Amino acid sequence: MSMPTPFMADRRIGKALANLLMRNHIWVFLTLAILVFSFSSPYFLTLNNLGNVLTQGAFIGILAVGMTMVMINGEIDLSVGATLALASALAIGLQDSIGVWPAVFTGFLSGVALGALNGTLVALSGMHSFIVTLGALIGIRGLVFVYSGENALMVTDFSYTEYPEIYLGPVSLTAIIFFALALFFQWVLTSTRHGRETYAVGDNIEAANDAGIKIKRHKVINFTICGAMAAIAGILLSMRLGTAEPNAGRIWELWTIIAVVLGGTRLIGGFGNMWMTIGGVLTLAVLRNGLRLLNTPNYVELMVMGGVLILALSLDKLLAHKGVH
Amino acid sequence: MTTSRTDLVRRHGLLMAFGLFLAGVAVTADGFLTFGNFVDVLRQVSITGMMAIGVTFVVIIGRLDLSVGSMLTLLTVIVVDQHNSAGPLGAIAMTLLAGILIGAWNGLLIGYFRLNALIVTLAMLSFLQGMTLLYSGGANVNIANSETTWFAMFGRGSVLGIPVPVIFFLGGAVIASFVLRRTVFGRTVYAVGGNETTSVFSGIAAPRTIFVTYVISGATTAIAAIIMGSRVMGAQNTIGQGYELTVLAGIILGGTSLMGGSGSIWRTVIGISMLGFIQNGLLLLGFAYYVQWLVTWVVIIVAVWIDLATKRGRVLA
Repeated sequence: MSMPTPFMADRRIGKALANLLMRNHIWVFLTLAILVFSFSSPYFLTLNNLGNVLTQGAFIGILAVGMTMVMINGEIDLSVGATLALASALAIGLQDSIGVWPAVFTGFLSGVALGALNGTLVALSGMHSFIVTLGALIGIRGLVFVYSGENALMVTDFSYTEYPEIYLGPVSLTAIIFFALALFFQWVLTSTRHGRETYAVGDNIEAANDAGIKIKRHKVINFTICGAMAAIAGILLSMRLGTAEPNAGRIWELWTIIAVVLGGTRLIGGFGNMWMTIGGVLTLAVLRNGLRLLNTPNYVELMVMGGVLILALSLDKLLAHKGVH
Repeated sequence: MTTSRTDLVRRHGLLMAFGLFLAGVAVTADGFLTFGNFVDVLRQVSITGMMAIGVTFVVIIGRLDLSVGSMLTLLTVIVVDQHNSAGPLGAIAMTLLAGILIGAWNGLLIGYFRLNALIVTLAMLSFLQGMTLLYSGGANVNIANSETTWFAMFGRGSVLGIPVPVIFFLGGAVIASFVLRRTVFGRTVYAVGGNETTSVFSGIAAPRTIFVTYVISGATTAIAAIIMGSRVMGAQNTIGQGYELTVLAGIILGGTSLMGGSGSIWRTVIGISMLGFIQNGLLLLGFAYYVQWLVTWVVIIVAVWIDLATKRGRVLA
């Protein structure tokens, strides 16, 4: 339908630019959000606050790193919030009996074990991961309540809360761990056999199977990674708060999915990367922080999140339709 | 014939397992196997059950609705608050309308705009939480004349010894089951859920059918909210939190496939009741409250795995 035009070269550059912007729409969105908040609040664009944004976003971010692996694989993990709570409860609850680092290690192992269990169940039974991890979400949360006796567990030695208080300029250790994990798993995705086969399985499981890819092994590995990430986030949270609440991380699985999808990683699998996830996580964190600085009530934040998610989804749909990528 | 026997197990395996479970608890726990206890359990599950009836339509058509928990919260707040200003009848009408409108919005985006159901209803979950806080201002709402209003009958009344919520739940199940099995619309839901492309080529208006299932899900959640508001005579801003998961767990436990195209209302009634009986049985046996969640986890995995294994004739995928 386009009119013939003498400026073909211009148009091609324009189109390439539009493509580039659309492919990285999350970063465009993030930039816009930062600009808007910078102009509307004097407190937003300060080193201190930006450091805060990174720290606040890092917990969902670490969960999102694991979720991205699972989602590229074509699966979903709803149990990350509950796993986070269990790891955090174990890391604090066991300190008095077995010492700080063994307790932290046990918390980490619990996440690894539960992730491996989810992955194994998905791989062996052929059940939809939505069902397996929905069951796990309910059961693990029950485990947390049973273990903690329905009380918040508190550290006795408060030097525990000092561990993550290491800063690189305004950037906290928690945020550094998030970025390090995201970069590491981006490397795994692009430069290891496991990473590339994860894409293959997520993109077309039958074709991957026919190509001799060991589908089950990749699923187990990715769910284990996801569980491990949840445990790391839980341990860092317990260090930050000094307490482990049985309700910690409730509906965080939903925020995590929102962050990952916002970034552009597709639920159907085979498409996405950690850059997108970093973009999604930061956008979510900036929106939450900025809206709070503007003193907007809590409900505005929740409603904006809903709106933004629909917007991102529509945009993604539109792009897929136009064959961008 | 052996085939008919395996067929029987295949079709009614869930019911048999359920029966075994009931028998097990009945032998070990006193007071379990009484009419009063059964009615009590049914009353306890009637709110999630009512929601699950609507969500079953959505699941059979191959979609999901994660927004029903937040929707229950908002609608309960609305029905309680409006009861004080518009009276019972006005409150009920407004709640039903709100539920249908929210369902219609979900249905519009998912059915007509073809957006991903998980994300759309997740966004709706967040949005409705915000709406609830906006509407209530963060405060709990209560019905002022809770002792005198006839609105109390929905949650607290009973007819011939059967609680009204149970009548709503089972009555709703009968109607929904009739709609799914005996009407053109019901068959269309199965057709779209089974194979959307084929259904479209057969001249079925898939978008409209999907749209209607979400409207039904909104409407049943509104009815659940009316029962909830009447039962509690008040509402907190978190009253429905996590209900979407319980509802889904019940539907899955009943054996309705998330892939769409199969399942039934009766399966959902059984699945939801099982969750209720697990909770009731474990409490009667003296277990801590949250142990039921652990058991639910195991039961979901085992039930769905057995269901899958019998369907494909192999245990492992």
